[in-house]
Amino acid sequence: MTRDTAEPLMSFEDAIATFDPVMGFEVHVELNTLTKMFCGCPTEFGAPPNTQVCPVCLGLPGALPVVNEKAVESAIRIGLALGCSIAEWSRFARKNYFYPDMPKDFQTSQYDEPIAFNGALEILVETEGGRRSVTVEIERAHMEEDTGKILHVGGATGRIHGADYSLIDYNRAGVPLIEIVTKPIEVEPVLAPAVARAYVTELRELIVALGVSDAHMHQGSMRVDANLSLKPRGRAEFGTRTETKNVNSIRSVERAVRFEIQRQAAVLQSGGTIIQETRHFHESDGSTTSGRVKEEAEDYRYFPEPDLTPVAPDATWIETLRATLPEPPLKRRARIREEWGITEHDMQSLINAGALELVEQTVALGADSADARKWWMGEIARISNERGLDIVQLPITPADVYRIITLTSNGSLNDKLARQVIEGVLAGEGGPDEVVAARGLAVVSDDGALLEAVDAALAAQPDVAAKIRDGKVQAAGAIVGAVMKATAGKADAGRVRELILERVGASPS
Amino acid sequence: MSDLTLLGAAETAAVIASGEVSARDVASAHLDRIEQTDAAVHAFLHVDRDFTLAQAGAVDQARSDGAALGALAGVPLALKDVFTMKGAPTTCGSKILEGWRPPYDSTVVERLKAGGIVVLGKTNMDEFAMGSSTENSAYGVTRNPWNLDRIPGGSSGGSSAAVAARQAPLAIGTDTGGSIRQPAAVTGIVGVKPTYGGVSRYGLVAFSSSLDQGGPLARSVLDAALLHEVIAGHDPRDATSIEAPVPPVVAAARGELGGVAGMKVGIVAQLQGEGYQPGVQARFAEVVELLTALGAEVVEVSCPSFDYALPAYYLIAPSECSSNLARFDGMRYGLRAGDDGENGVEQVMAITRAAGFGPEVKRRIMLGTYALSAGYYDAYYGQAQKVRTLIRRDFESAYAKVDVLLSPTTPTVAFPIGERADDPIAMYKADLATLPSSLYGGPAMSLPAGLGDDDLPVGVQLMAAVQRDEQVYRVGAVLEATLQQRWGGSLLDRVPELATGGAA
Repeated sequence: MTRDTAEPLMSFEDAIATFDPVMGFEVHVELNTLTKMFCGCPTEFGAPPNTQVCPVCLGLPGALPVVNEKAVESAIRIGLALGCSIAEWSRFARKNYFYPDMPKDFQTSQYDEPIAFNGALEILVETEGGRRSVTVEIERAHMEEDTGKILHVGGATGRIHGADYSLIDYNRAGVPLIEIVTKPIEVEPVLAPAVARAYVTELRELIVALGVSDAHMHQGSMRVDANLSLKPRGRAEFGTRTETKNVNSIRSVERAVRFEIQRQAAVLQSGGTIIQETRHFHESDGSTTSGRVKEEAEDYRYFPEPDLTPVAPDATWIETLRATLPEPPLKRRARIREEWGITEHDMQSLINAGALELVEQTVALGADSADARKWWMGEIARISNERGLDIVQLPITPADVYRIITLTSNGSLNDKLARQVIEGVLAGEGGPDEVVAARGLAVVSDDGALLEAVDAALAAQPDVAAKIRDGKVQAAGAIVGAVMKATAGKADAGRVRELILERVGASPS
Repeated sequence: MSDLTLLGAAETAAVIASGEVSARDVASAHLDRIEQTDAAVHAFLHVDRDFTLAQAGAVDQARSDGAALGALAGVPLALKDVFTMKGAPTTCGSKILEGWRPPYDSTVVERLKAGGIVVLGKTNMDEFAMGSSTENSAYGVTRNPWNLDRIPGGSSGGSSAAVAARQAPLAIGTDTGGSIRQPAAVTGIVGVKPTYGGVSRYGLVAFSSSLDQGGPLARSVLDAALLHEVIAGHDPRDATSIEAPVPPVVAAARGELGGVAGMKVGIVAQLQGEGYQPGVQARFAEVVELLTALGAEVVEVSCPSFDYALPAYYLIAPSECSSNLARFDGMRYGLRAGDDGENGVEQVMAITRAAGFGPEVKRRIMLGTYALSAGYYDAYYGQAQKVRTLIRRDFESAYAKVDVLLSPTTPTVAFPIGERADDPIAMYKADLATLPSSLYGGPAMSLPAGLGDDDLPVGVQLMAAVQRDEQVYRVGAVLEATLQQRWGGSLLDRVPELATGGAA
């Protein structure tokens, strides 16, 4: 996708020298409830189109919604984890507008009576002067239903304009969503993009820790709309904002904010005005382009949903749910950093790779944290990158990795063999022990067999043997390599080295 | 057996249970009656003889298998075309749903089936239940069996006409502002709007969600109670369904809860006098005298907010309808117009809705859209909700003093077809007396009180507190027995014989 018209940009440095950005985020989180918000249809991702539908989520005449209690529970837990107040009494409302992806031509949502309101999320932002804590205030978190998905077929852009026809999949229609809305965020201008990134990162981690959503941004189970406006330095009132949709990764959030700051600054600087509009984000070049221009302010004619009764969670239930909240991510990370003796940078790498929980579970099984990090962040992370999958999606479990670590530390495997075991597990050949047996991957520990290989290697490279004998012990590496090659990597390299030194009569140093 | 279409529901159930006749015989007799009379009445939009006889045959089979059957097993019924039923179309009297066959049964239909009740067909109605005469049906007007030039009431006019014309001993209607009670009143039958939430709305195509309520139409109070009991009760698929036992309506209708002696009956000051026809006032006065004679204590109560019921209703119901009817957009089912490959999706939606909805539906959608608009919401929808609260308080303070409230059901007898077609306000006034209890949510019954102007039926309305449905049956049964004694039989015996012959 390319930008329709290249719009002029001001450099980021110039932009923030003149303007103060004001950000706001609306984050939609698809809950991982087994069934939809208002009916019993399954919510599983990726089923054939229109197979997870019923009269209710298709909005057939006469069908009525019934609230999914589990979704309300997740909403309350999210609200509590964000430090929000939970409404004693809240209602659903209908948001009325016509669009074919909405079977009823209204979305059942919450309007002026959200289930959770007035919270805050503390985040850590990387700055040149080190990490800094910023508090993002949360306006509200409310429940609503997702829409169906439209696929525009034909045409160049994949958008409705120019398409030959459109297909609609209502499997997603009615999937429970929680929309989390921040209050306007005003920070030191230079930090804005980093704050955007840190907020979404932190929020995502909180959602995952709560276990209420898988929060996969690339699958759309967590979607971010970034609102941004600029005001000339010293001005109190906010400027006109744009809403950038379709921001599907944490990195993109940062890029989108940066781009909009630069674009809006250029418009304002040249005497133009910002149009209140929806903008699309383009992953390819980090730009945003104009989407739907709201010619007149859309009037959704909200009114209380008469088909549903108010949600009135009792205080005891709320307290029961409060007791189920996980340790706040910031605290948890600090604790883990200390326990494992790692830096914040290491921690960030783990989080960015989506491996923190996996490593934690591997350590919980008894592995050393350094070993666990080495395997998850090394070979396994490499393969997940290669395959373009989230690490958690790979068919290898913390128990598998713990077993591989055990086999490595007791000398049954070396690193090279261990990598082959991982490959076998991922190929579906079974657990580590099965792969070891089937592929015959155990380390050769029979000295007799190894000595033969060592002698052969020394004989083949007499000049190297002479160097070792003369005290250049590091030259032994070449012989070790040759032996490993001859044994197809099944030898324990440490033992091979000892045997070489013994053979040439040099003392191991 | 003589003409099976002369029997009420309880009697019909009794002759079937005794083995005297089969459910199939009964269904056949009614299907024949429909065939003979519906050219004149046009109560039905859809009749499928084979479908009906198959249901009746299944009931006969179940009986011969020794299965336990409901109190109304084998009794035929006319179903308002606003409830979904698998195997039949559901049109709601609208072109926009022409040909739509729902893939699921409404809860009411499920319960009818479970009770062994045999559905004869789907009855005509004002489009999406908006109207008081069936003149707003896209499929032609239904005629009042008492006088074929008169309206049968609405919106459940097909159901009321079917019962009055002996095409069915029972019918299901829906009442949003009077759509069961007013048709019952003008056709001389019994109609009950249960407490809101008493009968599941699942599968009832919504007009106004906070007001819509399904209920029975029948020839007697007991028949209505028996049907009420079959269709009522908690339904987990309707969040507004009441989670409590069904009030003892059948016991009340049988007189098991006692008579009216000692009961307190309130006459609503705001629902009488000016605007009510002389014949309506006369029949109403007789009923009041009768109750006094039977030992009830009759007092006048004032419900000042009732004066604002009509404007409040005509803001709330259209507001909800403007949203409920949005889904009819030509995208998924029903009519699609203007899809010529050039028009975009929004144009196709607009053209479909312009072509598919009739003028009254459009009027209410526009009214409701306006009332919910930003800047007008508080003045219209918000204000109407406040009036609704005041009306509820009027009812609550009245029921603190009396057991039931009494009023005429309608200001006039059935008016001539076409008389009010171009005057929506005059049409809306047909529901003046029925709107308050719809806004409140309490149960209300219309009961035949005799004949009024032009020798046409007059109904009286009995209203009771929320979840006290048995109260209207208790008083209604006593009044019915006393009045029928005076008349020497059912009022329906006086319906003129309809010209028979000619296919429906």
